[in-house]
Amino acid sequence: MLELADVTAGYGAFTALWGVSLRVAAGEAVAVVGPNGAGKTTLLRTVSGLVAPRSGHVRFEGAELAGRPAYEVVAHGIAHVPEGRRLFPQLTVAENLKMGAYLPAARARFRESLERVYTLFPVLAERQGQRAGSLSGGEQQMLAVGRALMSRPRLILLDEPSMGLAPVMVLRLFDLIRRVREEGYTILVVEQNVRQVLKLVDRAYLLEVGRIKMEGRAADLAEQDFVRKAYVGL
Amino acid sequence: MSPGRLAAGLGLLVLVLVPVLPLGAAEEYIWHVIIQIFFWSFVGTAWSLMGRFGLVSLGHGAFLGVGAYTSVLLWNLLAMTPWVGGPLAVLLALVLALVVAYPCSRFQVVGHYFALVTLAVGEVVRLLIIAERDWTGGSLGVSLKTAGTASGLWTLQFPDKRVFYYVGLGVWLFGLWVWARVDRSMARSAMEAIGEDETAAAAVGIHVTRFKMGITALSAALTAVGGVLLAQYLAYANPDTLSGIGVSLRIVFAVVLGGMYSLLGPSVGTALTIALSEYLRIYFGIKLIGIAETLYGLALILFIIFLPAGIWGSLAAAWRRRATPARPAPA
Amino acid sequence: MIDPIFLVEAVVNGVLLGGVLALLALGLNLIFGVVDIVWIAYVDLVALAMYAVYFLVTLYGVPLWLAGLAGIGVGAVLGVLVHLLIISPILTSPPINQLLATGGLLFFIQSFATLLWSTDHRSVRVTLPTLEVAGIFVSFTRLVAFALALVAMIVLYLFLTRTYTGTAIRAVSQDREAIALMGARPQRLYLVTSAVGGAMAGVAGALLIIQYAVHPYFGAAFGPLTFMICVLGGLGNMVGAFFAAFIMAQVISVGGVLVSTEMGYVIAFVIFIVLIFVRPGGIFGRRT
Repeated sequence: MLELADVTAGYGAFTALWGVSLRVAAGEAVAVVGPNGAGKTTLLRTVSGLVAPRSGHVRFEGAELAGRPAYEVVAHGIAHVPEGRRLFPQLTVAENLKMGAYLPAARARFRESLERVYTLFPVLAERQGQRAGSLSGGEQQMLAVGRALMSRPRLILLDEPSMGLAPVMVLRLFDLIRRVREEGYTILVVEQNVRQVLKLVDRAYLLEVGRIKMEGRAADLAEQDFVRKAYVGL
Repeated sequence: MSPGRLAAGLGLLVLVLVPVLPLGAAEEYIWHVIIQIFFWSFVGTAWSLMGRFGLVSLGHGAFLGVGAYTSVLLWNLLAMTPWVGGPLAVLLALVLALVVAYPCSRFQVVGHYFALVTLAVGEVVRLLIIAERDWTGGSLGVSLKTAGTASGLWTLQFPDKRVFYYVGLGVWLFGLWVWARVDRSMARSAMEAIGEDETAAAAVGIHVTRFKMGITALSAALTAVGGVLLAQYLAYANPDTLSGIGVSLRIVFAVVLGGMYSLLGPSVGTALTIALSEYLRIYFGIKLIGIAETLYGLALILFIIFLPAGIWGSLAAAWRRRATPARPAPA
Repeated sequence: MIDPIFLVEAVVNGVLLGGVLALLALGLNLIFGVVDIVWIAYVDLVALAMYAVYFLVTLYGVPLWLAGLAGIGVGAVLGVLVHLLIISPILTSPPINQLLATGGLLFFIQSFATLLWSTDHRSVRVTLPTLEVAGIFVSFTRLVAFALALVAMIVLYLFLTRTYTGTAIRAVSQDREAIALMGARPQRLYLVTSAVGGAMAGVAGALLIIQYAVHPYFGAAFGPLTFMICVLGGLGNMVGAFFAAFIMAQVISVGGVLVSTEMGYVIAFVIFIVLIFVRPGGIFGRRT
């Protein structure tokens, strides 16, 4: 479904990704793990169009997306839950979700999507009228994911969803992501919390200093010694 | 001696000698224009001391006005020589500047916000001048009482324009000297650091408030001096020509046209705008009032979009690029 | 001692003035809050709308209400033009450049207007009665203008809160990148915002031409006051601007009656400077 071929990207004089290639098949859940500064966030931003790659291809369901602006990419069916969530703090929960369905196609099925999101995340229904900025960390993350679902995507990009959350919240969150995945969405998640995310996904890539160092089935990767020692338990 | 220095030296020599050379019946009018260019270039240079560091003031008319009106009124009403009245006027302008600069510097009022606050200050001064019309003559302005036989150095009134020429030349050169001193000083590095990131600058130990207030005070004081001298030369002060948003914007425009970040930029810009304005006035007479400013406005917009370094600044940058061969970009 | 009746009248007139000033401030604030640029020439756009209504009514005999609507259209078009021609190219320039560009526009409009229409003061005469309520005289024209200003503000409020585009405009001022991830084009939202801000200027123009005379330097008269109100209310803060407008209008109106018209303005400006000293972020705080 999603294919990155030899993507090189960065900011100004700085290059964050060097010839990165990866694949995500429809229905899969794939993780990209690695230490801070590895380029994981840049990777997602390149897919969603916030960053234009310097070279390489980004193909989604056959369409070439490299260099296309973000608002076009989301119309192809990719939703990005950015690092730090990036909610609209002064807007209410309901308004944030409304914005998620900005695309005409999504607007047409707004009611349906909203129902789905409220079923998945009942706490959001409770706090509909509350300002997004006043929600707790876990609630904010749920809202961010819910907002992404409103655009009726086929692929969801999750950037460090566990960041800033208490361990209990992290478990709940990954549970919810599992349920989202079960609804049929394809997921590409970037995470520092290697142990939890490897339990969630089918396959994973290890990204270090802008290059893919390893890839394989999640179970296999979890066995790898240095992965366990270096990153587990973060 | 470098070619730059030589050129500057020669230029200076020419300027100093011009009034003495027998240029025939050099008309009063040309003196008038040149003197104005000197004084307004001085004011523009003073403004650019703040402008180049991101402290965009749209209210420098306030300092001009305070300077001009204080010294004129002190002379008219109390026969106080401008040698005393002038410094008093500058002091008043300084107080005003510090009163406004303090909260702005302390509380990080910058950018648009700062510009609007200064705009308000400029307007207050202008409105105050108009409101106190019993003293100041309101919108009609006030004329400097002529000293008649007492004209001379003590009263700073000179019937011979050439004296004002030298005063203007001297003051303009002084302004350039101040600019150059600031440019070479610690203050410049400090202000640039502040301009980039105030918090970081403060963290490094730069006393942000003190520097900002210092630069503002300097700029305001010099501008006030300009106001005093202009009033002495024109022998007339008017709230709209020497205060208010109009004149403030005109100063800014001239500086931007010439180039805010270079020594001679403000002067070049001022010379161009005044020359243009006079030319248009001669050419069109009263047929097309407002044509000069219309063109200014258009030019300002176009310059900001396409040539933000100004005419002189862009030329200077291009010259510098020609002088140093391009180095290969790092691999 | 002044007759209390005049004082009450001044208060009432202050409220009526406040309504229109609030309209001016809201339009300016909307644009600043979203695009992050202050249109120094904003009130000059209002003046252009005033001229438009004036000429439509006096030269072409267009009925006032229609001319007013046309004025709103003129304002919206001007807003779009300003954004496309001047603002878009300098969105990433340093603030000083942005200020100077709109400052240049101010110069341009004021002098071009002088060129085209001379410095004559022009106003649209409206023959509406003066009401007398409990001994105070209130101009019906002012009352109508006030009511219409309120209507315009309510329409703006509904637009910003009930429509997709309006909510998106609020969103883009809070997080530009995030709204792009929802499929909205920030550039297009800026354009719409500029059009709406321009339309507000148009409304203000239509309401002002029946109360005040327009001349090329109208912007110089009302402009600083509008900026001051915006800063006082907290730049970008719509609610703050609304209240600041009424506060300032009261100071001007009552001060004008107690001392003199000009001093009323002077007092207002001085209060502004003092308040900035006390609360530099504006009474109600800046937009974060």
